[in-house]
Amino acid sequence: MSDTLSKIEKRTAYTLLLPAVLLVFAIVLFPIFANIWISFKEVELKDIRIPEPRAKKIIKEITENQSQLKILYRLRNSSLIESIDDVKFSDKLPKNIKPINLDSRCKFSSNKIKCNFGKWEAKYKENFEILIQHIDNKKIDKNIIKLQKPNLSGNADNVLLTMKFTLKNFKKVFIENDFIDLLLTTFYFTFFGTVGAIIFGIFAAQLVNQKFYGRTFMRSILLFPYVGPVVALAYTWTLLLDPNSGTLNALLVNFQIIDQPINLLGQKYIMMNILGFEIKLRLALTTVIFFEIWRYFPLAFLFILARLQAVPKDLYEAAEVDGAGPLKKFIHITLPQITAIISILFMIRFIWNFNKFEDIFLLTGGASGTRTLPINVYQQGFGVSDIGMGSAVSIVIVLLLIIFMFIYFKLIGKKANEI
Amino acid sequence: MKYRPLIIFLTISSVFFLSIISIWKILATLQGLNLQNLNINQNFLLCILTTFLFIFIGNKLDHLIKIIILSTLFTALYYYLNELTPLWFYLGLFLITLFFTSRIRKYNKDFLKEDYVTEKIIFDFISLFGIIFFAFVILFPFYIMFVTSFKTQIALLVNPLDFSIDFKNNLYDVFKSYFVIFKTYNFGRYILTSSLVSIGTVIITLIFAIPAAYAVARLNFFGKTFLSTSILIIYMFPAIVLVIPLYTVFSQLGLRNSVEGLLIVYTATTLPVAIYMLQGYFKSIPKEIEDAGLMDGQNWFGIILKIIIPLSLPAIASVALYVFMIAWNEFLFSLMFLDNPKSFTLSRAINHLTGDAETPRQYLMAGSVVVTLPILLIFVYFEKYLVSGLTAGSVKG
Repeated sequence: MSDTLSKIEKRTAYTLLLPAVLLVFAIVLFPIFANIWISFKEVELKDIRIPEPRAKKIIKEITENQSQLKILYRLRNSSLIESIDDVKFSDKLPKNIKPINLDSRCKFSSNKIKCNFGKWEAKYKENFEILIQHIDNKKIDKNIIKLQKPNLSGNADNVLLTMKFTLKNFKKVFIENDFIDLLLTTFYFTFFGTVGAIIFGIFAAQLVNQKFYGRTFMRSILLFPYVGPVVALAYTWTLLLDPNSGTLNALLVNFQIIDQPINLLGQKYIMMNILGFEIKLRLALTTVIFFEIWRYFPLAFLFILARLQAVPKDLYEAAEVDGAGPLKKFIHITLPQITAIISILFMIRFIWNFNKFEDIFLLTGGASGTRTLPINVYQQGFGVSDIGMGSAVSIVIVLLLIIFMFIYFKLIGKKANEI
Repeated sequence: MKYRPLIIFLTISSVFFLSIISIWKILATLQGLNLQNLNINQNFLLCILTTFLFIFIGNKLDHLIKIIILSTLFTALYYYLNELTPLWFYLGLFLITLFFTSRIRKYNKDFLKEDYVTEKIIFDFISLFGIIFFAFVILFPFYIMFVTSFKTQIALLVNPLDFSIDFKNNLYDVFKSYFVIFKTYNFGRYILTSSLVSIGTVIITLIFAIPAAYAVARLNFFGKTFLSTSILIIYMFPAIVLVIPLYTVFSQLGLRNSVEGLLIVYTATTLPVAIYMLQGYFKSIPKEIEDAGLMDGQNWFGIILKIIIPLSLPAIASVALYVFMIAWNEFLFSLMFLDNPKSFTLSRAINHLTGDAETPRQYLMAGSVVVTLPILLIFVYFEKYLVSGLTAGSVKG
């Protein structure tokens, strides 16, 4: 009895899960594996369209004989690279009209011209002519003939489905692509973006955890950068930072803080003189990191605030009795309480900053030294139109992600469930 | 009396005071005032003088009278020492001084003798400074976005600091950018598409996620632990690694440039987090209630519809709002899948506007306001639900 019950339970569970699992499988898991397939192929954006046989029908009148018409089919292979096998052609003629001088590849039966063109190489072109005649020598209506569209079919190899593989893409990714620089930029961006967001998050959470007038209002405002759409925010910042008529540069010049406007998003390096040391700073990358911090510190704030509000108040009261100042209270009570959440936040935010695409893309498009791995996927796949190469970069991202997740689940996976 | 706390208090509070005044000066500059100098040294001395007088007077005067006198004094001195500006600038200055002096009410000679007073002063002013800093840094871009949409490109090129809105013009001229983006750039249509896609995603996601989350939360089946961990793992894979294969497949299937294509992708990418969030909540519902339902002869469909859904409405609202936010703000997939202006979403349309370098910036900012305002209003109105959605789902972002 219980056996059948558990069977029913299992069957119910699978029916409930099936739609969701299938959809996620098709749209999320399948592409991840498809990347592996594509990355071993030489595919460009233009190859994605499957080659088709095409025909354009042109009707020519013959002046000396109204009962005859010449039909010209301009035949071509739509693809410049791939051949099409077994091309079949058919076109219908109205009643009482017959073709004369029919090509040897064609047959005429039950008012239909059927042709078998065989194989068309890439870039194949042919002008194919048929002369038609009315059986009763009447005038043929040109428009009726023109309205009838020819049918063509053929078997073409889909580049994506052939069994030709190559290692070229990976060679290019690691050798021709400035891979070390790409990796360093990505880690620089990810690391400082994450750390900065967490530091500002702690600061903001500590603030809002106090009582002051307008505290709930402040809490809503702090989440605005995260809730607002990336597109709008990124473009607003681009306008703010614009060197020609951007507000920030105009203000700094107006108050004589700088002499010349600085192109914060378009300049790769800036020389800084700190304590006599000449330091070469990645300017555009730093600006993008600050945008990243601005946009994502609210998330760290939210987590840390939730944790802070759960810290028992009597801990602080006891410390006060013992004569601890605010700094001691922060170091000895607050910090130990939030270290766990900070380490989890660090891992999660690290993975997500590592994946970040939109923010950098909208601010700089990956120019002036802000090329990270996700940006490179887009540049390769759609900028240079090399789909195979883009997939190869995606594979690199997926592999690194798997490593990060492994570390994440090893180190704090269990802790994450407790909080 | 110890002098060290007094000096530290005077310096830190003056720095804080000075920074509010500087922010006020910056904001005034953006209204077209021609202020060329922050006068930091001179204003700093003024600030120190004010705070010193505040401590010096102590409790000899009533607090309210004291701060009004001090504010008037400060404003008068400022007026005497600086360039001439309109009246509203001084009024703002007066109010800021009033605010500042009322904030430092608790500081007097006695307070400065307490233990750890240096630390307390520093922490106090770091908090005050932090509040001002965060409010300014966060709201400033939104403010610029908003005011730019009421200006014209030419006026901004002439004076990039003048964001004052001229209400003497007729209203049509003030709101011209909005009329233009709706008339010429078809933003009405994009709003419709965006709403359709976002609401559609929410509905489809919930239809798929609620049964699946119920199964994960309540039923025993083979591969359950595997499934619940893989939900999290799948969720961490970014859209950018899905884009190329999806683009090729969608191109071949003719699903690009269609709302259906976007709906499928958005639903699939938000499903894992929706299931993850819902199953957590479903587990907290007492099982006895369901058992009672089983006794009444309900099948799983009835249990979900009549017991689970009504009991978990708050969690469903959180998930719905969170998914709505993701779909409304989504950019990468709409960039990849939509080339035809007929099927643009708002985000894609704004991106399309920037494609033409000739597009004046006020149209761009008006479009940005149109896409930002709804989501911010929804956020403020439903903050409670959306915040819990954000916390639960913010492994992503």
